[in-house]
Amino acid sequence: MFDKEKLSQLKTSRENWEEKVLNKSLSKAPESKSEFKTGSGAPVKRLYTAEDVADIDYETEIGYPGQYPFTRGYQPTMFRGKPWTMRMYAGFATAEESNERYKYLVGQGSTGLSVAFDLPTQIGYDSDHSLAQGEVGKVGVAIDSLKDMEILFDGIPLDKVSTSMTINAPAAVLLAMYIAVAEKQGVSADKLRGTIQNDILKEYIARGTYIFPTEPSMRLITDIFEYCSKEVPKWNTISISGYHIREAGSTAAQEVGFTLADGIAYVEAAIKAGLDVDTFAPRLSFFFNAHNDLLEEVSKFRAARRLWAKIMKERFGAKSEKSMMLKFHTQTGGCTLTAQQPNNNIVRVAMQALAAVLGGTQSLHTNSRDEALALPTQDSVTIALRTQQIIASETGVTNTVDPLAGSYYVEAKTKEIEDQAMEYINKIDELGGAPRAIDLGFIQREISDSAYKYQMEIESLDRIVVGMNKYQVEEESPKGLLRVDPIVGEMQKKKIEDVKATRNNEAVTEKLQSLKKACENTDNVMPFILEAVKEYATLGEVCGVMREVFGEYEQAVLL
Amino acid sequence: MEKPIRVLIAKPGLDGHDRGAKLIARALRDAGMEVIYTGLRQTPEQIVAAAVQEDVDVVGMSILSGAHNHLFPKVVELLKEQGVNDVLIIGGGVIPDEDIPGLKEAGLAEIFTPGTTTTQMIEYIKNNLKR
Repeated sequence: MFDKEKLSQLKTSRENWEEKVLNKSLSKAPESKSEFKTGSGAPVKRLYTAEDVADIDYETEIGYPGQYPFTRGYQPTMFRGKPWTMRMYAGFATAEESNERYKYLVGQGSTGLSVAFDLPTQIGYDSDHSLAQGEVGKVGVAIDSLKDMEILFDGIPLDKVSTSMTINAPAAVLLAMYIAVAEKQGVSADKLRGTIQNDILKEYIARGTYIFPTEPSMRLITDIFEYCSKEVPKWNTISISGYHIREAGSTAAQEVGFTLADGIAYVEAAIKAGLDVDTFAPRLSFFFNAHNDLLEEVSKFRAARRLWAKIMKERFGAKSEKSMMLKFHTQTGGCTLTAQQPNNNIVRVAMQALAAVLGGTQSLHTNSRDEALALPTQDSVTIALRTQQIIASETGVTNTVDPLAGSYYVEAKTKEIEDQAMEYINKIDELGGAPRAIDLGFIQREISDSAYKYQMEIESLDRIVVGMNKYQVEEESPKGLLRVDPIVGEMQKKKIEDVKATRNNEAVTEKLQSLKKACENTDNVMPFILEAVKEYATLGEVCGVMREVFGEYEQAVLL
Repeated sequence: MEKPIRVLIAKPGLDGHDRGAKLIARALRDAGMEVIYTGLRQTPEQIVAAAVQEDVDVVGMSILSGAHNHLFPKVVELLKEQGVNDVLIIGGGVIPDEDIPGLKEAGLAEIFTPGTTTTQMIEYIKNNLKR
């Protein structure tokens, strides 16, 4: 960013400062540690100066918001235009109860819905399946058939809200149900806005709700890309997620590297399936974590945006700028929350949310203080939402675009994370791409190693977690945690019985047969799934057909 | 030489959060124990079969989905049915304090909640073996 002469002057003045000012200070008062590190364990220098950003060309590497390489934001006015979407991930028990929570959140100023499904739903089992016992309605809402989906969105106009659904292996089925509910409300599919997570690779890596083996899973994903590009054009067809990779213990640079490597695999699969990159790439979206180290996190978001733009342009020859823009949702870091002194989590969440905003997020979920203990209560969720509203309305950080740009530290860190992420991508390319690197256990092992190191640092007090390994107090057990009534399982079973007794069972069998054929050959499965769910075929039945044809993924158990 | 302690670390139920389970498994192994990790989505039947087959001294289970009250006691029950009475059975995860007495009554020797260190876990196992 500076000419040679200026840089050489800077070097001299810095050395001068070190000799005359710094060394004198150090001799009197040494620093508290021999080494300073980021939350991810990356070294941090005492001072960053213009010398550290000398190799970064402003126009090609940093540039302007809304313009390639989008380091400063995907859009030219950012939060001056409108704030990010405040999207609180919620869902528990029955569709009825979750519907109430959504209406409450919308009433409180939440601007997008985000649906959490229970584990049986995420793994394609109906609530009456033997493996679902004890899990129904626990970590999200139980959806067995279109009937539940109709209740879930009752009274919520689907042409007005955008809805994000955390659903992966059975994403096609839940999307089909959403389209069917909209149709009943008189809303056509081309008006629907929202996102399905639909990111199977990170399920294999870190999150665990996979069903089918890699190849048919990738086919389902590209079928969705193709179908939505024609029928549901405003829908984000995937949310390529680093969130869970980070939760599993990765560093910030690994989060970017592994997530973008997954992204590359999806783009390659879609191109291989015959899709033109600019038809589907604008609908790819991303999902990152916001951890504790504020400036490292801001740098991470900026690095991810720049690196993805370069990959889309240079590697995949995308022509549309929309294909190069990395748009992302952020959730604050669940694994940073402590069960001890849970009110401290409010403070952590606020700072993590600030990092996401300073990093230019498009939407944000803030965790609640009690989530290391149970699902959040309504009071806790309200504080978490208010935290976002305070950042948006009171802190002033939204007044100017990408306010930390030009900080020597943040720019140097952005470049460092970009470079490290690119190294991981190169390594994964050498192994044969993300799916292969997952089969080999490379990505999982890297994450486990980082997680282990992190834990050992906590135990040796190299890493302080306030209230947990320092500043502890005796505490009483927290009261008033949210509990899901075990009766939910029975209620869902009853609902399935009712649905099966009242639907046209012949039509269901026929539609499932057609779906089976589509799975066996190369037809796009989406229209067949849509037909089946409209006849109230259950999620378990639809996934059952696909399980029959595709088989199931077998996880390599690694330690 | 003393026979090493054998531990089965298991993930019952459907949740995929195995950061904790893997950390514990690794720490116990580094402490000289022989550790078998089941991987995700194990039914109580599968866990008990593995425990019997591997002849373990300890079964450690981790659940973060809230299904602990259903699944932990099931494993204890099935182990008893198999005539296994000398295995130390412990659990961990996101488990509300008020659930712990019930789980102990059901036969879990101890429940470890967030914030527990691997060192505490190692000490506990060494001091509480049943055989």
